[in-house]
Amino acid sequence: MADIVTVRMTVNGVVHEGRCEPRKLLVDFIREDLGLTGTHVGCEHGICGACTIMFNGEAARSCIMLAVQADGAELVTVEGLMRDGKLHPLQEAFRDHHGLQCGFCTPGMLMTALDLLRTNPSPSEREIREGISAVLCRCTGYQGIVNAVRAAAPILASER
Amino acid sequence: MGVNLPRLVGARVVRREDPRLLTGQGSYVDDHRPARMLYAAFLRSPHAHAHIARIDTSAALALPGVAAVLLGEDIARAAKPVRAESKTPSVKTTSFPPLALGMVRHVGEAVAMVAAESRYLAEDAVERIVVDYEPLPVVRNTDEALDPASPVLHEEAGTNLLVAREFARGDVDTALAGAALVVRERFRFHRHTPVCMENRGCLADYATGTQTLTLRSSAQCPGLVRDILTDLLGMPEHQVRVVATDVGGGFGAKASLYPEEIATSVMARRLGRPVKWIGDRREDLLSTTHAWDETVEAELGVSRDGTIVGLRAQVTADIGAYSIYPWTAAIEPVQTISFLPGPYRMPTYRGRARGVATNKAPLGPYRGVGRPPAVFVIEGLMDRAARRLGIDPTEIRLRNFIRDEDFPYKSPSGIVWDKSSFTGSLVRAREALDYEATREAQARARTAGRWLGIGVASYVELTGIGSAIPVSPGMPVSTGTEAATIRFDPAGKVTAVFGVASHGQGLETTLAQIVADEVGVPIEDVRVLHGDTEVSPYGTGTYASRSLVLAGGAAILAGRAIREKMLLIAGHLLEADPADITVADGRYAVRGMPDRSVAVRQISRAAYSGVRQLPKGLEPGLEATKFYDPYYGTASNATHMAVVEVDRATCEVKTLRYVVVEDCGRMVNPLIVDGQVHGGVAQGIGAALLEEIVYDDHGQLLSGTLMDYVVPSACEIPPMEVHHLETPSPVTLGGFRGMGEGGTIGAPAAIANAIADALAPLGIEMAELPVSPERLFRLIGTRAEGKA
Repeated sequence: MADIVTVRMTVNGVVHEGRCEPRKLLVDFIREDLGLTGTHVGCEHGICGACTIMFNGEAARSCIMLAVQADGAELVTVEGLMRDGKLHPLQEAFRDHHGLQCGFCTPGMLMTALDLLRTNPSPSEREIREGISAVLCRCTGYQGIVNAVRAAAPILASER
Repeated sequence: MGVNLPRLVGARVVRREDPRLLTGQGSYVDDHRPARMLYAAFLRSPHAHAHIARIDTSAALALPGVAAVLLGEDIARAAKPVRAESKTPSVKTTSFPPLALGMVRHVGEAVAMVAAESRYLAEDAVERIVVDYEPLPVVRNTDEALDPASPVLHEEAGTNLLVAREFARGDVDTALAGAALVVRERFRFHRHTPVCMENRGCLADYATGTQTLTLRSSAQCPGLVRDILTDLLGMPEHQVRVVATDVGGGFGAKASLYPEEIATSVMARRLGRPVKWIGDRREDLLSTTHAWDETVEAELGVSRDGTIVGLRAQVTADIGAYSIYPWTAAIEPVQTISFLPGPYRMPTYRGRARGVATNKAPLGPYRGVGRPPAVFVIEGLMDRAARRLGIDPTEIRLRNFIRDEDFPYKSPSGIVWDKSSFTGSLVRAREALDYEATREAQARARTAGRWLGIGVASYVELTGIGSAIPVSPGMPVSTGTEAATIRFDPAGKVTAVFGVASHGQGLETTLAQIVADEVGVPIEDVRVLHGDTEVSPYGTGTYASRSLVLAGGAAILAGRAIREKMLLIAGHLLEADPADITVADGRYAVRGMPDRSVAVRQISRAAYSGVRQLPKGLEPGLEATKFYDPYYGTASNATHMAVVEVDRATCEVKTLRYVVVEDCGRMVNPLIVDGQVHGGVAQGIGAALLEEIVYDDHGQLLSGTLMDYVVPSACEIPPMEVHHLETPSPVTLGGFRGMGEGGTIGAPAAIANAIADALAPLGIEMAELPVSPERLFRLIGTRAEGKA
């Protein structure tokens, strides 16, 4: 097998170092090597968005990146959203508005919605739908998610 | 007995499962990685139909880190073949080997299994397995399959016609011959696939010390899987445990037994190490059961005023290569003829169903099972009749609905509908849409040259099925009961354990609501466990819109048993007659004397504290297990109304409004009911407009990625307006009616009817779904030139 390489990255504020094959997908590194199983694998071809994480401040699909590409990067996964043991306002809004059912797309959906609200703090319904269209959800028909993002927007905007 | 009115049932309670799922702390199969675990990968057939002449695994086995390679013969030595039996003689039973035995019958069929130290290595090894295939002619569709010159897929059946069934009432031929109007159509609903966001997967662990097998699986039905694994592997039932804690969507796709569950169990047992297989999306699209793929030739006869005189239909389903366990190949086509008569008074009927084997992935249950095509057909015919007679589509339905005085009404297929609000839901939907105003807006839009249409679809679905009827027609496996165990600990907290398995439905919340109300504690004090055969009383799982009805009913029974005992203990502690005790806010009090009360925790403490604390002769402990069987089951109904616009330039269909009025009886949690409707409608819209499984002439899957199989994103799904009627079921405990599937049942028909309504000036009917822009463009063709 190919040589083993060392990668070092900051995940949720903690520096991690690991050794893996150069071909190892970033999402597999996050899940298997770092044990952070909140990030999910849904398609491994960059369509469903379940694996979306924050990569140097922007939403990115960790299933079509290699772990070695994240060497030196700063990542945030769903495990890094809670604050002081409490749900993040966006997580709170997803709960209040029934923005999740099976929960499988949810980590990617949260990261994508955060990225949307970062770039567009007060999106219209159409903009929310377009913003989250990078993540597929099969359970909610998106209605609860759209409502949750709309409700969370002013709360996040006021914190900026 | 003085118990206060329910406080939680009926409330929009936020879900108890959300905090863990929102923070990445779910417990899906792939999140588990026990020590010494091996990763599995499957070699899958590139041919739709072929003999396997030889398999050489030596290069794969030579790869460092590869633990074992299993072939069909290895599995056959360790497990009995899977056979989905039917009680119906005209449904043929065939074997479905977990790994191919000398023959492959569809692209993607599992041929060999590798277990290795990593998934990457396992896939490397799969690439090193050499298989000599001898391709056979491919049976591409049902017409070819029924041609005597075509190969027979299963020699043991002697024919590709695996299912033939008929339901009839009265003399439909005479009725149609005498009808004022007969509308006919050949409907086609193409192949669909469920696409759960979590691919299928399982993790088997065989403990040699205790000879127990634990299978974690992305299964909707851990109990069913446990029962059949026990049989296939020849193990005692109490040494097989199946766990499905968090499952990333099911929609029926994960309700069947799958080859990988057996193969992974055999591998783990053989190696004495945990083995995990997690399917990728390609495997999911290739090998998870597909849905529908039906052609329905149907004729509806009506009198001059639109009253139905009879319906005659022939359903032909392409059931793919295998009959799946336990539902059999009959599930889709026979469900379709069962439900074709809809919520209407149907004096005469003949529905014939055929299920035909071809070289495609097997057909299986998917949200709605047979009913989305059935409703597409009957609602399409109702609209055709209305148009021909010049009657409004809502009016023709109102004239034909089963009326209040007709209940209980026995349908031509033998289903009995209990008192339902068919008329009420349509009337309410008309109000919600503001039907007349919308029609006027449509007329104005037409004048302006826009193709705007309004679609109506009404349906009734059988839910919460008990033991008197099989969930899938002819299926011998009994699925009519569920149980609940409710246990108080001495500190007054409650654990409630169920054999059903939640995979997004929020049962940890809704069942906790029911339990909390029954025993008089706050919801925070109730923990619901499910999806683990080792801790739950006997049950099968979650499918067929049954869990809230069956498990909810069992929760009521077990809760009542506990409450009665608590009243006895409270009466003893308070020196009062138990009949005079009332329950409120976590306290049991003497009626009219709120200062004479005991807290729930005092009662539960007493229950475990021996003779002085308990009434004489009362058994210590505070725990009950009760089974519930609703016997026949109940009915949910809804009317959907869609307003769509067809873009004249691109033929894109935009859904402008979507209204649902549904009646699932007494609602436990409207937040969750809404969510089920939203999700179901979104899947129905996808089915109507976007999603299609396509095979080429060689049986190769062309829609093998999510680029090719189009699941709707938030942009394709409109905001929905959901309204509720609450007609308590007269035949279930609690008055609940199941409702997990309905959205998907009504939406394809509503969208199809709306498009046909939009294009009515061109005389175009919708007979084929999904209706992609390309299909619509071809349909419209030159007809649009110079017309409205």
